[in-house]
Amino acid sequence: MNFANTVSWRHMLSMACLLLLLAIVLPITLDAFRLNLVGKYLTYAFVAIGLVLCWGMGGILSLGQGVFFGLGGYCMAMFLKLESSTPEATAIQSTPGIPDFMDWNQITELPALWIPFQSLTLTLIAIIAVPVLFAFLIGVAMFKRRVSGVYFAIITQAIAAILTILIVGQQGYTGGVNGITDLRTFMGWDIRSDGAKTVLYFVTIAFLCLVVFMAQFISRSKLGRLLVAVRDQEDRVRFSGYEVANIKIFIFCVAAAFSAIGGALFTLQVGFMSPTLVGIVPSIEMVIYCAVGGRLSILGAIYGTLLVNWAKTSLSESFPELWLFGLGALFIAVVMIFPKGLAGVANSLADRFRKPRLDVASSPDMPTPVDDSNASSTPLTSTTHQSATRHSRPGSAVHGAAGAAGDIGA
Amino acid sequence: MSIRTNTDYMLALTDLSVSFDGFKAVDDLNLFVDENEIRVIIGPNGAGKTTVLDLICGKTRSDSGSIKFWNEEISHLNEPRIVHKGIGRKFQTPSIYEDLSVFENLELSYPRGHDVFGALFFKRDSEVSDRLQEVAESVFLEDHLDKQAALLSHGQKQWLEIGMLLIQNPKLLMLDEPVAGMSISEREKTAELLNRITRERSVLVVEHDMKFVEDIAHKVTVLHQGRILAEGDMDTVQNNPDVIEVYLGH
Repeated sequence: MNFANTVSWRHMLSMACLLLLLAIVLPITLDAFRLNLVGKYLTYAFVAIGLVLCWGMGGILSLGQGVFFGLGGYCMAMFLKLESSTPEATAIQSTPGIPDFMDWNQITELPALWIPFQSLTLTLIAIIAVPVLFAFLIGVAMFKRRVSGVYFAIITQAIAAILTILIVGQQGYTGGVNGITDLRTFMGWDIRSDGAKTVLYFVTIAFLCLVVFMAQFISRSKLGRLLVAVRDQEDRVRFSGYEVANIKIFIFCVAAAFSAIGGALFTLQVGFMSPTLVGIVPSIEMVIYCAVGGRLSILGAIYGTLLVNWAKTSLSESFPELWLFGLGALFIAVVMIFPKGLAGVANSLADRFRKPRLDVASSPDMPTPVDDSNASSTPLTSTTHQSATRHSRPGSAVHGAAGAAGDIGA
Repeated sequence: MSIRTNTDYMLALTDLSVSFDGFKAVDDLNLFVDENEIRVIIGPNGAGKTTVLDLICGKTRSDSGSIKFWNEEISHLNEPRIVHKGIGRKFQTPSIYEDLSVFENLELSYPRGHDVFGALFFKRDSEVSDRLQEVAESVFLEDHLDKQAALLSHGQKQWLEIGMLLIQNPKLLMLDEPVAGMSISEREKTAELLNRITRERSVLVVEHDMKFVEDIAHKVTVLHQGRILAEGDMDTVQNNPDVIEVYLGH
């Protein structure tokens, strides 16, 4: 049975379709402004992919992913802000050389918190390290105490609210409610031009591919199946000798890292970072992107993000007051009617399309293809040989969502 | 280790007590299990049978008393550590991963790659699949390895969970009502399975089905209100007037 090949073939095809759409069709058909919008939406897809692992597979619903998106974004924004706050550019301030909002808040010296962000290397490290460390602390505090389910969701939401209030309140250090704005260059390269935005769009796609690859590696590994097991039977996993808390902490940190990469790319493309991207509302919207895409599908999360944001932009341009109702209705509709989201719909369509061929492939008179390594090994009796091929098969045969689990090791 | 003698028990519970909101679920219990023994715990509802298993596997913490496994105190260890010591536990309702295949269910129970990175870089080699095949055969599931676990019958799910425990090769296997809801033929197969697997390990079973208990038990412990009412072989216990009074009589 060629099921394994079919699955990975289908996987390659859907990845190719996505790349074709993102890297060729959209850049050709859209103007620079719209392409930049798509680039901005794609940065949210990083969060949605993290949620596929964390929520879809692992059953850990976080309503505070905006926190990690924001932390990554703020780290990048602090670097860019320092770069554009040269003493020459800020000569009219009472303290030249510090960000403008600090000067407005009577701060006369760069705060210690900001000093590492003068270095690109430290900034790049901080973009990942700060959110991951924060996620790790939350994870240890929650999962080691076996806080889970709706309690965990509420706590993450509270953390999102707290961080927003903190950022808004500490205006002199964070830029307050306006956020960090007026970002101009990245290592001397003007990021505001159309050309730069197009380049950044492709950089985002490259990072997105990297994150998709990492997410697929995790979901196809034993850890991926373990996440599903934790979601469905946490006690059984614990009584099979696993430290369940460590598994949850790990995947929560991975989701945080993905979100942070998205946040940093957001700052680069959009040219600012503000507390409105950290709080409860964006965090919940990001969960909806993931749900619409199909919370078990990594690529589905990307489509879900694009679709919801496209609808948001077009609807809120024409009927701004209706958008939130539309979003709520969409979420309810997805949960009630398509619990597996777009990916579920696509898969069932593909299955219907493929079914006749599958029957042929599994008909009894078709010889079972034998793996070369098995065939060339020491001569076995026909029965043991059969069992050898049989138990090498489940590795790749089962699982739409997790894909061909065996491929990655080979 | 070297001074272990034949008089030492594999599992020794001494003066074990636990209460929930003032209710003494287990009251000064002393229970000793030998190597390669099949011990069955019976008793009326609320006698504390499942609680005893919960205490041994670390799901519930005792208020006082000690639990020693090969003379090592384990009552303070967390659940995964107790599993690594060689104690496996099957739950009353089948606890299997319904979204995964039978093969994957067994694979996740294979005792390797238990930490996060071990799981991330776990390789499915021939050692693993040979062992999985072997265990699948012993629990009558060798023809269902590719099947999604949710599609198994109730009895098969119970066997799968027993298989998931066998893969870990525990020295002590604890089963909570393993034949509940099984058909007669499934029950017989399970008894045969238990008699077969106990050659290398001890088994502690909580069960209501007296026919099944007769088939498998080496020794029976009757619990009543958190205490031991009687202990001994099946005949002795069945003829004990106290046991007839509180349990077998009705």
